[in-house]
Amino acid sequence: MAAFGTGAGRPLGGRGGSAGFRFTLYALLSVIMMYLDQRAHYLEQVRYVLQAAAYPLQLAVNSPPSAWRFLKESVQTREELQAENAQLRASARDLELRAMRYEALARENGELRGLREALPPVADRWLPAEIVNIQLSSLRQRLLLNRGAANGVFKGQAVLDDKGLIGQTTHVGPWSVEVILITDPEHAVPVRVDRTGLRTIAVGAGDSTSLALPYLPANADIRTGDLLVSSGLGGVFPEGYPVARVTEVHRDAVQPLAQVRAAPLAHVDSDSEVMLVWFRADHPAAPAPTASAGGELKSGNPALQPQPAAPKSHAAPQGGAPHEPATPHEPAAPPSHREPAPLPAQQTAAAQAPEAPPSVPAVEAAPAAPAVPGQGQP
Amino acid sequence: MNADSRTRLLLTALVALILTVLPLPRWLDVVRPAFLVLTVLYWSVNAPRAGGLAIGFFAGLMLDVFQGPVLGEHALALSLVTYIAVREHQRIRSKPAIQQALIVFPALMLYELVLFMIDGWSGHPVTSPLRWVHTVSGALIWPPAAAILGYGAGHRA
Repeated sequence: MAAFGTGAGRPLGGRGGSAGFRFTLYALLSVIMMYLDQRAHYLEQVRYVLQAAAYPLQLAVNSPPSAWRFLKESVQTREELQAENAQLRASARDLELRAMRYEALARENGELRGLREALPPVADRWLPAEIVNIQLSSLRQRLLLNRGAANGVFKGQAVLDDKGLIGQTTHVGPWSVEVILITDPEHAVPVRVDRTGLRTIAVGAGDSTSLALPYLPANADIRTGDLLVSSGLGGVFPEGYPVARVTEVHRDAVQPLAQVRAAPLAHVDSDSEVMLVWFRADHPAAPAPTASAGGELKSGNPALQPQPAAPKSHAAPQGGAPHEPATPHEPAAPPSHREPAPLPAQQTAAAQAPEAPPSVPAVEAAPAAPAVPGQGQP
Repeated sequence: MNADSRTRLLLTALVALILTVLPLPRWLDVVRPAFLVLTVLYWSVNAPRAGGLAIGFFAGLMLDVFQGPVLGEHALALSLVTYIAVREHQRIRSKPAIQQALIVFPALMLYELVLFMIDGWSGHPVTSPLRWVHTVSGALIWPPAAAILGYGAGHRA
């Protein structure tokens, strides 16, 4: 055995000794890379390049499913298309009915809050993105989208679908971006119970159908069926977007904390398209900067701050140009901070976006806009 | 001969990488063996000159890009396992496939242990026992995988 062992080194000749040396070299290199990536984030550029190199392979891996989808769509029968069309028309009517009073409510809300103007919607710009690759293991819940820095996507950007929050962007490549889902075990989203206003944190459980709320005391006022919305803290998600619905509340007499589970509202595992969102940084409902979570109101646009006492008479002169909240030509002050001349089409798209799923043609115009505006985010 | 086994190696590594990143349903994803690790191990044992440490390191780097929280994590784990495989290649390849599987199993455990420790150190701890499942499935799939990789090969150096 020993003779065999010594013989084992010989076939590799002079490299027998250098294998250990080379291993030390590679190990050192890996450790240095890990250190730089972890501590100092020096490797963003390296990752950027590597991600660009990996993208073709990821596209290739995704091609069979997308080819199948394409095939299925192209051989759909007339009846199926008609049925789908009818269904879409019904849902559009439904959404229009629901959005009908939106403008009036937005103005009323502004007056109640003592604002001079109704707030513009917090979402500034939407960009639909296709899911290229999806990882839904218990260790990692990630998506890869077909948008990247070339489209103005930035790190820590909120990703939504038409039902609720999906996650946020982590590694941005030139044409692709990795999204960490709210259900990833490493992800936590600050939420608020819509019924009571109770704030807590929803942590991913490594399962695309459940979130855990591990920090609620046993006597917290929370029930099955409660809606959780984002609380606006944490610096990524704006306030008030639906996140999950509580499915299970378990109180144990000997445990100081309640065990609460919630089901995310977004259809993480069945979506094929999601939305990347840019928010108005100076909007009160915008995500609070992490540095000063409490200073969110002070850092905002003065025009949007609560005024001491809004004269009631403001409500009386009904209609009037200055009070039409969704009119693109009356951009309630804040856009002056942003790019010089927002296209009216974009403005309307943004105005309609939060209520109804954005009308597609208007959103398609968005990518043409300069890539900068989103970067206003801290 | 050397060039031939090198192209074979790169080709199989590419296929293994695709199998690794292919989206799968959840239950299949848990038992999915680390195909790229198995492929690198196979070539380290059977053609240590063509493969070896460089392949291990760069394959690990690719894994890092696709699924690593920290760049360099899989690279370190895979170079370690590759180094051991290259050093012991004569001893391992003289064994029948079933026995090789018994050696591959602790190698995969070591690989996962390194990942586990780095995950913990870098602040991405995933303590679910499910992360160890692939070491078992990897060892189980070793005999057929080795047969496929070595199909019609004259690469025994």
